[in-house]
Amino acid sequence: MNQILEVKSVSKSFGNLVANKDISFNVNKGEVLAILGENGAGKTTLMNILFGHYMPDNGEIFFKKQSIKFGNTGNSISMGIGMVHQHFTLADNLTVLENIIIGQNSLFNITLSKKESKEKLNTLIEKFGLPINPDAMVSDLSVSQKQRLEILKTLYQNCELLILDEPTAALTPQETESLFKTVRKMVKEGLSVILISHKLNEVLSISNRIIVLRNGKIVGEKITNHADYKSLASLIVGKEVSYPKKKKNIPKGEFLRIENIFYRTEIDLDVKIKNLNLNLFGGEILGIAGVAGNGQQNLAKLLAGHVKPTEGKIFMEENEINFFTPKNFMDLGIAYIPEDRNKDGLIGDMSIWENTIMTEIENQKISNKFGFINDTISKQKAKKICEINDVRLQSINQPARLLSGGNVQKLLIGRWLNRNPKIIIACQPTRGLDEGAIAAVHKMLLDARENGNAILIIGEDLDELISLSDKISVMYNGQLSAPLYTDNLDKLKIGMMMSGEGFAND
Amino acid sequence: MINFRLEERENRSFWMNVIAPFIAVFIALLISCFLILLAGVSPLESYKELLIGSFGSRNAIAETLSRATPLILTGLAASIAFKAKFWNIGAEGQLYAGALAVTFFGTGLIELPTILMIPFLFLVGAVAGGLLLLPLVLLKNYYKVDEVVTTLLTNFIVILLVSYLLEGPWKDPMSLGWPQGASVIDQGVLPQIVARTRLHLGFIFSIFFAVLIWILLSRHIVGYQIKAVGFNPSAASHSGLPVLKTILIVALLSGGMAGMAGVTETAGLKGYLTLDLSPGFGYAGIAVAMLAGLHPLGVIASGIFLASIYVGADAMSRSMNVPSYLADVIVAITVLCVLVSLVFIQFKVKLLGSSK
Repeated sequence: MNQILEVKSVSKSFGNLVANKDISFNVNKGEVLAILGENGAGKTTLMNILFGHYMPDNGEIFFKKQSIKFGNTGNSISMGIGMVHQHFTLADNLTVLENIIIGQNSLFNITLSKKESKEKLNTLIEKFGLPINPDAMVSDLSVSQKQRLEILKTLYQNCELLILDEPTAALTPQETESLFKTVRKMVKEGLSVILISHKLNEVLSISNRIIVLRNGKIVGEKITNHADYKSLASLIVGKEVSYPKKKKNIPKGEFLRIENIFYRTEIDLDVKIKNLNLNLFGGEILGIAGVAGNGQQNLAKLLAGHVKPTEGKIFMEENEINFFTPKNFMDLGIAYIPEDRNKDGLIGDMSIWENTIMTEIENQKISNKFGFINDTISKQKAKKICEINDVRLQSINQPARLLSGGNVQKLLIGRWLNRNPKIIIACQPTRGLDEGAIAAVHKMLLDARENGNAILIIGEDLDELISLSDKISVMYNGQLSAPLYTDNLDKLKIGMMMSGEGFAND
Repeated sequence: MINFRLEERENRSFWMNVIAPFIAVFIALLISCFLILLAGVSPLESYKELLIGSFGSRNAIAETLSRATPLILTGLAASIAFKAKFWNIGAEGQLYAGALAVTFFGTGLIELPTILMIPFLFLVGAVAGGLLLLPLVLLKNYYKVDEVVTTLLTNFIVILLVSYLLEGPWKDPMSLGWPQGASVIDQGVLPQIVARTRLHLGFIFSIFFAVLIWILLSRHIVGYQIKAVGFNPSAASHSGLPVLKTILIVALLSGGMAGMAGVTETAGLKGYLTLDLSPGFGYAGIAVAMLAGLHPLGVIASGIFLASIYVGADAMSRSMNVPSYLADVIVAITVLCVLVSLVFIQFKVKLLGSSK
């Protein structure tokens, strides 16, 4: 086959951290190459070198037999490499067409023919099945439309190799399928695609070849047809991963009930909550599916006592909750695992033991009646919590910011579990974690379920939600659907609901 | 051009934190040499005079320590507040609020034996300083009004109030027309601790409070909460820590310390309230706190250091004929050097070789 890209022993380190070590691979014309790896395995660094963001320490890259000039994205783009970043790089205050043009021409160029550009754009839209209105403002576009625009931008610049960095992170199953259709069309036209992902199922369905990175090195290369989920997963982690299985649950009584909650506020980035009802039962996991930005954040804040509902009632074991403070909810037995663990969970500049005992600070053993903290007992307690929950650390005294994402999450969940909560609210509990840590977090949540806790998980990864939850509700535009049992669930139906089917419009 | 990148240090060593201010002071004195040279005199000679002026005699030392007293207290005020990322720039106003309280209660309204009168004056001074901050905290919490602006502007309100009171209703009729308040009653005057000098009991109080604050911040739940709220209020509140309550405590402590600086000056140094009670002790306290890396015990050292510069510069200016404003310049350069040193404590510089 025709080789389009050849990477020859590329290495890159940041200080003592080796991000890429001696990486060599190639991409053929008309193929989808998937690059798999945990967070920090070096995927994004590698792509940034390819795209010209970083200079490698050594190594060479050839694109269409020509050597790539490093550290120069303009050069990479003009050679025909396009990249769609995980976080979009679009100008919100311009139209779709203008966003496409600014990459190449100045908008103030008088000779610029918008008509010509529009024609070219419309042909591309047609050819690759990327429906979008060229005159729409970017600020009005949905996430998947923005992604389409990013892809169109690279196609407009005559890209021959497209790099997609975690493209499905914020898409519904239908949107993912439509993206993959486009990818297949592109490959058919002779383009090449590099797909960076951590979702094994998707990689298996779309790619031709898979490369697995671990600790900056290539640890495996497989033809997709000869690969399977389990062997890939263990290749990624470097050891056998055993995912915990959900056991048959023993339902208990109702722990929490939300009746007709409304929540609206002027200064808010998330959508308003409209007439929301919810029940949580002991020994049961309720998954909240939905595309990010449909009110999940506000729902989580309501359930954690961070905000007071505008209307409606919350009952905990038949007692109405009247005080809406995190402390009160905590004392009632609600544990809240926030979505952004570094911003809302951990205090990176304080030590690990100080972070671990944060929820225990009023415990008589931790601080005496005059309010002085007992260091020895606190550290013992913190050490115990870290040991039980397999938080890997060098010293309990080191600053918490040195912990990896997985260990941070284990610490946060662990310190809540130590309080024996009745209810656990977990937002995106495995986002950005590696496979090993994901399995550990799943186990913690499933163990809590077996212990009779009522658990609510807000998630974006539908497969993960289905595997963990007993029931799933879909959140759309601030509303919540009735729960559906996951035993015999129609995944496509959930996908339709995630894009608004069955919800009232306002 | 030399390419370099700042890389965050994984472990910040304790000793670097201790040594950095000394290096910064050294570099600041080095830079100030050029300014002294501009005045046409020998820098070494000038620094010698400065040292003699601040530590050269029993009287000089006493003078330096009595000047350090309000600086330590306002330095503590800034340290506590800045630890919680509450930017209290209003120590000057809180100092005068404390002085007003002393004048109100301490000039005859209430008479107690000395052993009770002095603690009582410190208490009312602290409460006055703390209460002045309280509404500003609430404004910040409920209406997101920036505290840098409110605390700074409150300074002017308080100082103008002092000016009005001293020119009007509170003016001491025995003062021969000077705008000053009535004298603090004898039981309330802070006694001298070194005979025939101006060094008074307030200095001991300032050391006592520095140690107290140190214990509070390092071992007490309040210090833990202040640290947590300062580093990450969102995570603190998610973990159930009372964020607003913590900030209120910070305000009371910070304002209280600054208020007590007003007490030491009114009841200790002067004996009565004047318009020039503080030559900017409130603002200098920020420099003291920064120099100390916000550490309460460091504040003692940096307070004495700043006081020695101020006191010594007067002597230097008398004997070398250089302007005493040089003291302000040295202090300012020192603070800038300390800020630069903070960058080096947090990051290491990595040279990437030169490029065209």
